[in-house]
Amino acid sequence: MSTASIARKDAIAEGEKLRSALASTPRPPRASALSATLAFGWRGRLKVKHVPEQLLDVTITPVMFVVMFTYLFGGAIAGSTGEYLDYILPGILVMSVLFTTVYSGVALNTDVTKGVVDRFRSLPIWSPAPLVGSALGDTVRYLIAGTVIIVFGVVLGYRPDAGVPGAAAALVLVVVFAFGLSWVFTTLGLLLRTPSAVMNAGFMAIFPLTFLSNVFVEPETLPSVLEAFVNVNPISTLANASRGLMDGNVPGGDVAIVLGTAAALTAVFAPLTSHLYRSRG
Amino acid sequence: MTQMTTNPALAIEAEGLVKVFGTTRAVDGVDLSVAGGTVYGVLGPNGAGKTTTIRMLATLLRPDSGSARVFGHDIAHEADAVRGLVSLTGQLASVDEDLTGRENLILLARLLGLKRPQAKERAGELLDAFGLGEAAGRLVKHYSGGMRRRLDIAASIVVTPQLMFLDEPTTGLDPRSRNQVWDIIRALVSEGTTMLLCTQYLDEADQLADRIAVIDHGKVIAEGPPAQLKASVGSGTLHVRLLDPEQRDEAERILAGVLESVHLEADPAALSAPCGDGDRAAEAVSGLSHAGVRIADFSLGQPSLDEVFLALTGHAAEEHDTEADSKERAA
Repeated sequence: MSTASIARKDAIAEGEKLRSALASTPRPPRASALSATLAFGWRGRLKVKHVPEQLLDVTITPVMFVVMFTYLFGGAIAGSTGEYLDYILPGILVMSVLFTTVYSGVALNTDVTKGVVDRFRSLPIWSPAPLVGSALGDTVRYLIAGTVIIVFGVVLGYRPDAGVPGAAAALVLVVVFAFGLSWVFTTLGLLLRTPSAVMNAGFMAIFPLTFLSNVFVEPETLPSVLEAFVNVNPISTLANASRGLMDGNVPGGDVAIVLGTAAALTAVFAPLTSHLYRSRG
Repeated sequence: MTQMTTNPALAIEAEGLVKVFGTTRAVDGVDLSVAGGTVYGVLGPNGAGKTTTIRMLATLLRPDSGSARVFGHDIAHEADAVRGLVSLTGQLASVDEDLTGRENLILLARLLGLKRPQAKERAGELLDAFGLGEAAGRLVKHYSGGMRRRLDIAASIVVTPQLMFLDEPTTGLDPRSRNQVWDIIRALVSEGTTMLLCTQYLDEADQLADRIAVIDHGKVIAEGPPAQLKASVGSGTLHVRLLDPEQRDEAERILAGVLESVHLEADPAALSAPCGDGDRAAEAVSGLSHAGVRIADFSLGQPSLDEVFLALTGHAAEEHDTEADSKERAA
């Protein structure tokens, strides 16, 4: 009985505070498209802070690949582990960042299944703001994933010929491509039912594409059919471009193709994501 | 605080709303008319079409036919204007589990147009008012059910809405948390916010709502003030449970002498009968004990949602249509 009456008093005290909290809310002018987008970018960065496991998952795998491939196969593939590290590291940078993009789709699907999306969709804001803001916020995640790999390579003895500016240029290029690719996974995130389905489908696509590229081996060593595929795989072009940037011989053609592919992916899949997002039940 | 009383337009005016999922008519021609500044209860079992109706009114779902206006704005053609007036809470819309309570409120405040310092201030004020000050820096995934629900409601009133959709705001809460949520709702109403409250509990609708619509299979089957609705069902029910099920036939005979339409419950020791009058109930119960029928317990209660449904539809309020319900949730 006494706890009930205390609870009652608490509730009444809260009610008083609530009334004052309610009485002081003049409706502000609407948030601009930019400030709504920035707010969602902020949310994305907070998630990196609060859910670091996700980033850890996708960085540990590439780190293991660097160690395993360099020290197990490096001597056999390239003659020495040092030489192979020079070859593989820019490729692993690509792999690491592209793996991270899958999580953009997983995160969007989680928002849908948890019902957070419904709150966002009921707000009077520029409707693509949650998507664009998250995509921009996720680039922070990509930058971290890429930086971890480059730093790890340097620890193992990797020294890019083009130094810090070269490595930074390669990182930026990979992140720009990842931004484009992330729209494929956000589309997937709105089409599939559960976060784990998105994760499985995402890795089922990205894993073979990464292996059937020049990330790990020179394509000339492959059977001709495979070589042909590897040479048209955009991940190969991206790995070539990032190698070139790190080595200091800027591969203009490859960079242009990478930027063009990123733009094309964005042009197709960003509007598709936005359409699915707005028209979902 | 000045309200939008210059235009006495209805808060919600819906005509013939229909939503079909596959072959299920989840909402099958719903008309609603909700006056500004009132609490309107929508009562029905899971899968009756309550959530789908709200999702259409809140511009999250396009009706397949019919139309609705929120404070005069068409939900299909002026969706953005509608979004500027409403907010969602309960099972409809959620808060972000991976952020802290404070971050959730700051995010919403910024999305609603507050500048960063004002957003922080507003978040602090609300956390305090909702008794979440201490938990403000914890991730929402570590909140209890009651704390979450309060944060959810706080998130809906970062900027005071004209119309609030509450979808089963107290389902799954303990009695204390439920009372807190009810107090919050009453405070909001006294500030002039219109509420559309979906609930499975007649008790809740009765406590809070000015009018109630009972919805079943996507249709409104009864509408009116709670008192009128309950009167149409009978104002109460006497429930009796016996120590010895063997005595039930005798008990039925004795009760039938005092009360009308005695009903044998599924529990072999239980009986019930509609009864609005305490004296008649006392007479019936003392009749049982005089005759030597031993009573385990008895109660005189409000009609339950089950009884309302039984009276209105002739079938119990079972959770029919689970398929439509899961689609509703997935949608």
